Amino acid sequence: MTDAAPTSHGTAEVLEAPPEVRPRRRRAKAPLSEGARAERRLGWLLCAPAVIVMVAVTAYPIGYAVYLSLQRYDLRFPAAKEFVGLANYATVLTDNLWWTAFAITMVITVVSVVIELVLGMGLALIMRWALVGRGAVRTAILIPYGIVTVVAAYSWQYAWTPNTGYLAGLLPSGSAPLTQQWPAIGIIILAEIWKTTPFMALLLLAGLSLVPEELLKAAKVDGATAWQRFTQIMVPLMKPAILVALLFRTLDAFRIFDNIFIMTAGANDTRSVSILGYDNLFTALNLGIGSTISVLIFIAVGIIAFIFVKGFGTAAPGQEVARR
Amino acid sequence: MNSGARTRTLWGVSNTVVIIVAIVPVLWIASLSFKDPSTITDGTFLPRKWTLENYRGIFDTSLFTRALVNSIGIALIATVLAVVVGSMAAYAIARLRFPGKGLLVAATLLIAMFPPISLVSPLFNLWRQIGLFDTWPGLIIPYLTFSLPLAIYTLSAFFREIPWDLEKAARVDGATPFQAFMRVIAPLAAPGMVTTAILVFIFCWNDFVFAISLTSTNASRTVPAAIAFFSGASQFETPVGSIAAAGAVITIPIIIFVFFFQRRIVAGLTSGAVKG
Repeated sequence: MTDAAPTSHGTAEVLEAPPEVRPRRRRAKAPLSEGARAERRLGWLLCAPAVIVMVAVTAYPIGYAVYLSLQRYDLRFPAAKEFVGLANYATVLTDNLWWTAFAITMVITVVSVVIELVLGMGLALIMRWALVGRGAVRTAILIPYGIVTVVAAYSWQYAWTPNTGYLAGLLPSGSAPLTQQWPAIGIIILAEIWKTTPFMALLLLAGLSLVPEELLKAAKVDGATAWQRFTQIMVPLMKPAILVALLFRTLDAFRIFDNIFIMTAGANDTRSVSILGYDNLFTALNLGIGSTISVLIFIAVGIIAFIFVKGFGTAAPGQEVARR
Repeated sequence: MNSGARTRTLWGVSNTVVIIVAIVPVLWIASLSFKDPSTITDGTFLPRKWTLENYRGIFDTSLFTRALVNSIGIALIATVLAVVVGSMAAYAIARLRFPGKGLLVAATLLIAMFPPISLVSPLFNLWRQIGLFDTWPGLIIPYLTFSLPLAIYTLSAFFREIPWDLEKAARVDGATPFQAFMRVIAPLAAPGMVTTAILVFIFCWNDFVFAISLTSTNASRTVPAAIAFFSGASQFETPVGSIAAAGAVITIPIIIFVFFFQRRIVAGLTSGAVKG
């Protein structure tokens, strides 16, 4: 693969390259001892089950989804199934429903991730340096992380339901926030932040633990304020951890489903793209359109990941594993 | 780095706020589950009239008990499979030299980022065709796939901390690489495996997208999906009490895990993700 990359090479050179490369590789492999060959075979053997499962359940279905997305395939009229090319994509991409859902998803993603980053950083600082009750905080924040999202969603829903909820009582009487678009989205974001800030905080805490205590002490002796120590020492050193946490949370937030499904079921224009895909598949029973949305979400996630990895230079976790 | 009573108070206050915010929604669900149906719409945070009626109600119906069995069975099987398959791959990644390792790690990362909803429509159709729709394996297989990246990262991070000279010693004594793995390394790797098992179990236990898309009856519906299908005694009555009780029941195991394995969960969540 790397041979194909340089464009400065002349065509003749590129054509010549493969026969030259191959024998070199074979020569490198030749002196493999019996032990090394056994090691290699064992390595492949041990990875085989994981690879087979992961490929069979992701690569194949996503390929199948692409195939389905090119068909007109309505489960109510299975006989009318036929190849329609990119017509489904045209249908989805010219439809307001998709763009509304996309905008809502982006709003939820950006707002919740930004707030989570701030709160998560605060939590990480507490867990690193709090003089009292560090362990209690650590245990407490694992509860939102561990709790079933659906249960948490119901808890928030009932909290804001008029008459039933303890939070609904704080609002002017007669208001039912979950039945209005923006208040409902606000509550969805709140539930999302509550549930996933702990994960963000733990990733940031791991990054924070890489900041040497002596460095901070030295800076303090030199007269740096707490804010200066934070922005000029901690943040730069934590940058890789921050980017990984942002990448993971952004992708996770973008596929938001559970909270919306429970709290509003997508009513009053609160659909995320995932909810839209689900509705098309299970309410409208349109496998073609549902698959098209699946593929579009997949592409969107790919673009987000690409922006993070190439644009911000996020070190993909596991690179270190590969290096060993 | 701080001193004095004022900073101490400040920490105390912020800690208290964090802890309250973290547990209030859980207490609220528990409180609702104990509220007498006649007082469920009174809007008080604590029940005024306590009852176990809601719990009796859900355990009387097979809708909930059967879903509970499905949840436990599916999550346990998926967890065991993920830890076994993940350990094998993580061992190879942490210890062995073989071509294609980098590719494997990259592919694993891709799957960690994969949006589950993208798989729902193709899997729904595939599962219907090959008879896996609404069965245990129909959920176990996607759970296994999506927990493998987590399992492989966490386990390989733990495996790197193991004193590998012991393995060499076993090899010198005539053990095959496989024996060295099973007899020497596996026992040392047990803590990492427990951590991984907890994280994978929580993941499977929590899933909703697959559970609601790839099941249609009690045969394989897990609790989170079943709750969404609870209905009240009459059409006009929302089953708040039943949902709260069922929610409380499936939250208890998680809270127990959290209290007993707090350190391990934190170590596991962070080790795999950010070390480089």
